[in-house]
Amino acid sequence: MTSPRPSTFLANAVRSGARSAVDVLEEHLALIESGDGQVHAFNLVTADLARQQAIAVDRTVHAGEDPGPLAGVPVALKDNLCTRGVPTTCSSRILEGWRPPYDATVVDRLHRAGAVMVGKTNMDEFAMGSSTESSAFGPTRNPHDTSRVPGGSSGGSAAAVAAGFVPLALGSDTGGSIRQPAALCGVVGMKPTYGTVSRYGLVAFASSLDQIGPLATTVADAALLFDVIGGHDPCDSTSLNRPTPRVLSVLDDGVAGLAVGLLTEFLDGADPDVVARTREAARALAAAGARVEEVSVPEVSLGLSAYYLIAPGEASSNLARYDGVRYGLRVDAADTVAMNRATRSAGFGAEVKRRIMLGTYVLSAGYMDAYYNQALRVRTKIIEGFASAYRRCDVLLGPTTPTTAFPVGAKTGDPLTMYLSDVCTIPTNLAGHPAVSVPFGTGDDGLPVGVQLLGPALSEGTILKVAAVVEAAAPPLAPPVLAVGDRV
Amino acid sequence: MTGPERLTRDEVAHVADLARLELTEDELELFTGQLAEVLDHAADVASLDLTGVAPTAHAMAVSNVLRPDEVRPALDRDEVLGQAPSVEDHRFRVPRLLGDAP
Repeated sequence: MTSPRPSTFLANAVRSGARSAVDVLEEHLALIESGDGQVHAFNLVTADLARQQAIAVDRTVHAGEDPGPLAGVPVALKDNLCTRGVPTTCSSRILEGWRPPYDATVVDRLHRAGAVMVGKTNMDEFAMGSSTESSAFGPTRNPHDTSRVPGGSSGGSAAAVAAGFVPLALGSDTGGSIRQPAALCGVVGMKPTYGTVSRYGLVAFASSLDQIGPLATTVADAALLFDVIGGHDPCDSTSLNRPTPRVLSVLDDGVAGLAVGLLTEFLDGADPDVVARTREAARALAAAGARVEEVSVPEVSLGLSAYYLIAPGEASSNLARYDGVRYGLRVDAADTVAMNRATRSAGFGAEVKRRIMLGTYVLSAGYMDAYYNQALRVRTKIIEGFASAYRRCDVLLGPTTPTTAFPVGAKTGDPLTMYLSDVCTIPTNLAGHPAVSVPFGTGDDGLPVGVQLLGPALSEGTILKVAAVVEAAAPPLAPPVLAVGDRV
Repeated sequence: MTGPERLTRDEVAHVADLARLELTEDELELFTGQLAEVLDHAADVASLDLTGVAPTAHAMAVSNVLRPDEVRPALDRDEVLGQAPSVEDHRFRVPRLLGDAP
């Protein structure tokens, strides 16, 4: 029942000198070189910088010192994480070419743990989307079927892990942007408790909801990455100043005696094959000694509507900073206001403009009470609903997404339909809780299905050890096969 | 409590103006329909009676986060200014600011 630990295995090989970090890196760069033409997981591959980092890791080993728990492990970063001197675009024209003057705290922690950063991954523009199709640089493709989307907004990170380009990647999750692409690409992805991972250097979308988290091929690898990046950071005033759960050490504890609630609201709107896999996962947990019962949290049904009032409201405020003055794109005009307008109109894509306008509208005089403040009250009701459920059970189980990966282009013309693909992930963000998506078999179309484990604040250890049991019971997922060199 | 009236094209034009976005006629048409659809979906929230329910702005609220008041290194000025579209005398340079009302 032990969750496989490929990154620990790799790091230990490098730490012991059995493998060099440079060899490990070159092997992964070759995979990216041959396969990413079809997937477009990366906006930028930082091969030279990665080689310097790998050489430094090998030097540390030769000097008899320990580079850390991720020694020589290649990691991909979502392109909304600031990297000093390395372009950080948020997949937007408005930030094209921008080189941040500082590293995000998570980037610094990865570096200190010995990781080698191989590049920046594609995403929906400013993380606004569920398919990676709103990227200004073109969509990422699902490695399991390149006619399908990888999900989003962390679609590049999920696809990079699924394709085997990297064992680990970081994403960010505001309404499901780690878990939904993890589910659609057949990898593990976790949104941690709000405040457990520093947001310093994460380009802001909706600040009360955004959280950085791990994507990996196994539950144990996700746990390892969370342990490396988590913990208090004085540079983020919303960072929790209390012990972060250390999760890798509790993964193999099993589920005997735990109470698991099968969340009926998440089953209601999902496709029959996705529901069937979720029920199979529930039976596997029961067989492993958990007590499983159906649980209803009616308030979560209001999550989608509340989210699409709160998140755009926060985004409209956060994205006011892109004014053509201090960084990024400037489109010149006769005066400053005209320059602001010309810059923003040319630099933002349609989905970002929609969300800015929606947010500006719901925060404007006359509508704020009816929409925004009302949504904040619904947020309270959702938190109360979850609290009631967690008095009866330790974790909740449900599908991560209502469907498997949909075809590229299927939902781009209809924003509301696209938004509905996040219906099972959004309530967790509104509550600030952690949740993890684990692959569990395939749908009728042969594409990956993800099931989700949700828990109360700071329950990462619990949801991950339950996830490890689900992982062990899951039918094996055939790795994606990419035709070498062909571009889609 | 019932939800507000359906979003109009004029309101979308006004909101775009507030957000400093210029929209073409086609974009205005498209966005009005799409945003109205999202707001219609949100009617379930807008029409609820939640009298007496406190709003939640932050799920994991922390307050009074301070650090010691001591001098520390800041970002490198030249590195920061090096990212600006236009700079003069170590300052961000912008086009004419006063004169025309926005």
